[in-house]
Amino acid sequence: MGQIQLKSVKKCFGDVVVIPPLDLEIEDGKFVVFVGPSGCGKSTLLRLIAGLEDVTEGTVEIDGKDATGLPPAKRGLAMVFQSYALYPHMSVRRNIAFPMKMARIPQDEQERRISEAARVLNLTDYLDRRPGQLSGGQRQRVAIGRAIVREPAAFLFDEPLSNLDAALRVGMRLEISELHKRLDTTMIYVTHDQVEAMTMADKIVVLRDGVIEQVGSPLELYREPRNLFVAGFIGSPKMNFVDGPEAAKYDAHTIGIRPEHIDVSAESGEWTGTVGVSEHLGSDTFFRVNVDGFGDPLTVRADGEVDLHYGDTIRLAPNLDQLHRFDAEEKRLA
Amino acid sequence: MARTVTTSRRTVNTVFAGALSLLMFFPVLWIVILSFKTEGDAIKAPFEILFNTGWTTESYGAVQARSNYFKHFSNSLIISLGSTFLGLLIAIPAAWSMAFVPAKRTKDVLMWMLSTKMLPPVGVLVPIYLIFRDLGILDTRSGLVFVLMMINLPIIVWMLYTYFREIPGEILEAARMDGASLREEVIHVLIPMAIPGMASTVLLNIILAWNEAFWTLNLTAAKAAPLTAFIASYSSPEGLFYAKLSAASIMAIAPILIMGWFSQKQLVRGLTFGAVK
Repeated sequence: MGQIQLKSVKKCFGDVVVIPPLDLEIEDGKFVVFVGPSGCGKSTLLRLIAGLEDVTEGTVEIDGKDATGLPPAKRGLAMVFQSYALYPHMSVRRNIAFPMKMARIPQDEQERRISEAARVLNLTDYLDRRPGQLSGGQRQRVAIGRAIVREPAAFLFDEPLSNLDAALRVGMRLEISELHKRLDTTMIYVTHDQVEAMTMADKIVVLRDGVIEQVGSPLELYREPRNLFVAGFIGSPKMNFVDGPEAAKYDAHTIGIRPEHIDVSAESGEWTGTVGVSEHLGSDTFFRVNVDGFGDPLTVRADGEVDLHYGDTIRLAPNLDQLHRFDAEEKRLA
Repeated sequence: MARTVTTSRRTVNTVFAGALSLLMFFPVLWIVILSFKTEGDAIKAPFEILFNTGWTTESYGAVQARSNYFKHFSNSLIISLGSTFLGLLIAIPAAWSMAFVPAKRTKDVLMWMLSTKMLPPVGVLVPIYLIFRDLGILDTRSGLVFVLMMINLPIIVWMLYTYFREIPGEILEAARMDGASLREEVIHVLIPMAIPGMASTVLLNIILAWNEAFWTLNLTAAKAAPLTAFIASYSSPEGLFYAKLSAASIMAIAPILIMGWFSQKQLVRGLTFGAVK
């Protein structure tokens, strides 16, 4: 079981309110991602759940029981830190065994769980090494191993992949998702990277300045962002925003259209523009297009092989079903 | 680009450094030489002593016969080890709380603790002497253990604080998440990680306590007198005995000198810990 509920949780550091009262329910077995720009309070929220920070007001319930006053050790949660936070003076085996030693689990059971975790995480050959002798990815796996053996009610991940290089990050992302499917345990994952959020989450919580902007599945957030902030934050590359007279045509203060929802052609289309710089990714190409009468250039996705060059004049046809409209308060218009 | 030093420049530097270290070491060397002379030779002119006198170990024999070296030695050992151990017991929690749960005035508290080291000890000699007398702990080893612990506590706390600050807080939080109690967190994670720093703190403190002369001389008479009192007893009313005084000095400083020699790598490493990442 790993059901977590936050009820009017508030956090202040001195006079500064970091998290205004906030409610959130995390269902058992879900992979929940807290995402937002740096300083949005996502890590603080995770630390409140972990018990590493005290809540100023409100309650944290774990599996229906009030855990607000419990120390981290008593909450039955395991955490993986950004810096891995391995014990440098212990071997990998002793690192993984540490939480079990603290829980006074019998030796043979400890051995069984260590070898099981090592097998799952491909660490069997490294059990007698020190963390200093491991690569970044291996260290991260040790940190995960240390979390698994506790058999926690929920796993908390605090930006676990940000210290890894890009290629390794994709691999670890898949491994963590795989682990979630296999263990079927609640996981709460904090990241500032919306790609990680989109690819891993069952449910995304978008935060800004300590306030939950939207909660939903990745596709819900992608299809129906509740406001301008979520619309701009979810999706890569970013959604294009146009305001002024062009937006007024659609009865909106601002309209938003994703790069993948604009068709490029030479002949027909509502908007006319000149091609600026382009990014060739192989499968896709992203163009910056300066459209007559728009303030900022638009980002447009085209096929990887499309033959367009700097300075070409093209027509753009926005896919009107996928057009997002926002009012002056940045809220989504139905 | 690295700075280059020419060969001639390097020779000059080497000679200069050698001369300087000889100058600093000379008093110790002179004591060693005098300790192997007869009392009559030891008061001759320096040139005479070096080239026109013989060598003897009679001073060491005389010192051994006249006073009980091992009693003083064991007093020194008990006082320096005891005050260091007691100091650590108090300093570890103090440094832990200042390093990991700092408050607004933590820096001020550290400064205040260190400021007690700037007070001339003689200024508090009378009150402390009277307190010792009234408590009946004058000339006791436990009294000296206590007073030396108090004298060196600011340094222990300050050093441990610096080392603890180098330990990433996330590792201690990880231990907390892993179910460690505060005690287990300190014993299994903090202390093992701070071992290099703690070792140099311990070494430095033993050296300071071993060499401390003001309090050990003023608060002891016979029973608890450590090696500092043993040396002092040879600059006595009967007149100066250079050779015996030198022999006694060598016997008093030899243990700590040898310990310092073997642990200098650890000491230097500990003292520069955290200076270079």
